[in-house]
Amino acid sequence: MSALLSEKAPARTYAAHAKPWWQRTLMTRDAAIVALLVVVWTYASIAILNFSDPITVYFLVLDITPILLIALPMTLIIITGEIDLSVASVVGLSSVLFGVLHREGVPMVAAMVLALLACAVAGAFNGVLVTRYGLPSLAVTIGTMALFRGIAVGALGTTAITDWPDSWGDAVQARIGDTQIPLMTIPLVALIVVFAVILHFTPFGRGIFAAGLSKDAARFSGVNVDRTKLILFTLSGLVSGLAGIYFTLRYGSARGDNATGLELQVIAAVLLGGVSIFGGRGAIPGVIAGVVLIGTIGSALRLDGLSANLIQIITGVLLIAAVIAASVLGWTGRIVGTYRRQLSSDEPSSKNSKKSE
Amino acid sequence: MTTTLDAPAPAAPQPRHRATSRLTWLLKQRETGIAVAFIALLVVTTAVNPNFLFSTDGWRDLTLTPAILVCLAIGQAMVIVTRNVDLSVGSTLGLTAYLSGRLFLDTGLPVLVVVLIAVAAGALLGLVNGVLVAFAKVPALVITLGTLYIYRGIMLEWAGSDRINASDIPPGLLDFGTGSFLFIPNLAWISFALLAVAIYLMRSTRVGREFYAIGSDPDAATLYGLRDKRRVLQAFATSGALAGLAGILYVSRYGTISSGVGQGIELEAVGAAVVGGVAIFGGSGTVLGAALGAYLLTTINRALPVLGIPDFWQQAVVGALIIGAIVLDRYFARRQHDKLLAEREDS
Repeated sequence: MSALLSEKAPARTYAAHAKPWWQRTLMTRDAAIVALLVVVWTYASIAILNFSDPITVYFLVLDITPILLIALPMTLIIITGEIDLSVASVVGLSSVLFGVLHREGVPMVAAMVLALLACAVAGAFNGVLVTRYGLPSLAVTIGTMALFRGIAVGALGTTAITDWPDSWGDAVQARIGDTQIPLMTIPLVALIVVFAVILHFTPFGRGIFAAGLSKDAARFSGVNVDRTKLILFTLSGLVSGLAGIYFTLRYGSARGDNATGLELQVIAAVLLGGVSIFGGRGAIPGVIAGVVLIGTIGSALRLDGLSANLIQIITGVLLIAAVIAASVLGWTGRIVGTYRRQLSSDEPSSKNSKKSE
Repeated sequence: MTTTLDAPAPAAPQPRHRATSRLTWLLKQRETGIAVAFIALLVVTTAVNPNFLFSTDGWRDLTLTPAILVCLAIGQAMVIVTRNVDLSVGSTLGLTAYLSGRLFLDTGLPVLVVVLIAVAAGALLGLVNGVLVAFAKVPALVITLGTLYIYRGIMLEWAGSDRINASDIPPGLLDFGTGSFLFIPNLAWISFALLAVAIYLMRSTRVGREFYAIGSDPDAATLYGLRDKRRVLQAFATSGALAGLAGILYVSRYGTISSGVGQGIELEAVGAAVVGGVAIFGGSGTVLGAALGAYLLTTINRALPVLGIPDFWQQAVVGALIIGAIVLDRYFARRQHDKLLAEREDS
């Protein structure tokens, strides 16, 4: 009792703001991935012939666009603690719907809008199953992954629709003026900014983090968790649909099996970018760096004459290293923390315990 | 089902007739539901085209085709029961299939030795997953997604543009893979034997029960003193070993090994387990259910063309089935929950 009385009222500390700002900015997973990207990029520019050629950047941007697009809503979904494995199948669905509507003589813009609407509905279907019925998103989206892909393949069989007007394909691959920067960069950057603002600077975005950290706490602080998740799944369907239309126009072919396996690439890139699979942690810049990093390594390997298969091994190793690094850092951090506490005094430590999934 | 439930007067619960309660129990089992669905599918398809079941080829395909997926589904069910998931089984299958092909091609090792090497290699690959999951405290989804890429990448790097053809494989193994014993294909016998062992393991041994304990509440299992790390390692090693075995079964059945062997089969295995009533968040479900799920999924694939549905729609049906299964699970779980609540309020 006496100890309690003699003790000064402890100053309130906030874990997130305990360290100086430069440590908070630079000592993060995001910063580590950005740094790794810079290192790889610099090395590749110096050591690999033709890597610094603007045309490399041009193709790099065009190649990573679908992954980058889908990674945006995927980041938000994973931060809420859910996952969406059906995205690549929605890409296929969008591609097929767009193609079939085009073949039936629907004007391009109308076909595009209809395909996007259908994909938003597909995303909302995931969302309803997850939020209304409380089903695990992992199981739901494994199911819808097969379902949507099945509908796409079923509608078109093994045929492909390839008679696209040249002007649209050219528009997708156009460059800005005389530079080698694809015109696609402008809408892409705009979308990235929109997502970054939503996630990091709006109440809705705070709700996304809150939902991922603790569903109950979020609900009691006035976040409509179910509505948030439903919106995100719908958004995921919509953006995947957009990626499907891009895919179709870029390669001039609408097929049911377009972008098979893309979901795992997207998730790998997102997790590499520092988003926690447990939810509640992550940031858009890190994710962008993760996507670009994988794309850069891939294109560097190809230019170096190495087989593109190596990229699979590297992606896997990076992914595992990234997640293990977090747990190894946490481990050493705890050891250092215990050591420090023992040095100062035996004051009780409040352990930050987060309910594990 | 409701009539059997309502039969005894609710006011004074009398001891039910043993046979009736057995029947009720059986009807309530998830496995029964899948088995009924499977049999219904067989009956309908066979009614449309008797060759589906009664021709030699039909019977052979029915029993032979699911064998490989059953192997994977058993391992997957074990891993999922511990509240993990193994996405790397497809790549493990591919890598061990190529490894055994190379061994046949480059060395003169006897078939049995190669089989053992393939299984051991699979177990080793599974163990790598297990070590990373158990000791790094990282969700299995992420780790096995990583190793899915790594194992596939290693196989592609190693194989290059090589393919292994049936002529490179010892004819004895190929004969075994396509042969049968007592009208049932050899591979099906293997999957039955594995299933029997796995059912015993999961129902009646300490290892199996601890898998369930860890899956239903990892913290409680640790507090209780279960060696959870060792059990997770065992589950992953088993899943890997079964994937290794599936690899060699693949070789014995098809003979040719291309770079895409086993690609995407991990999701079929997870799907089979989910359809079979294995809860994706661990702690409940049986290997028998997962195996039945594998039978159902594979047979649907083969039944659709017979039923006049173009086989392009297979995946859509499989997807609808998976979603239907989890929605149904949820519905029954909720009804059970409500019933228990109501009983508590009544008493």
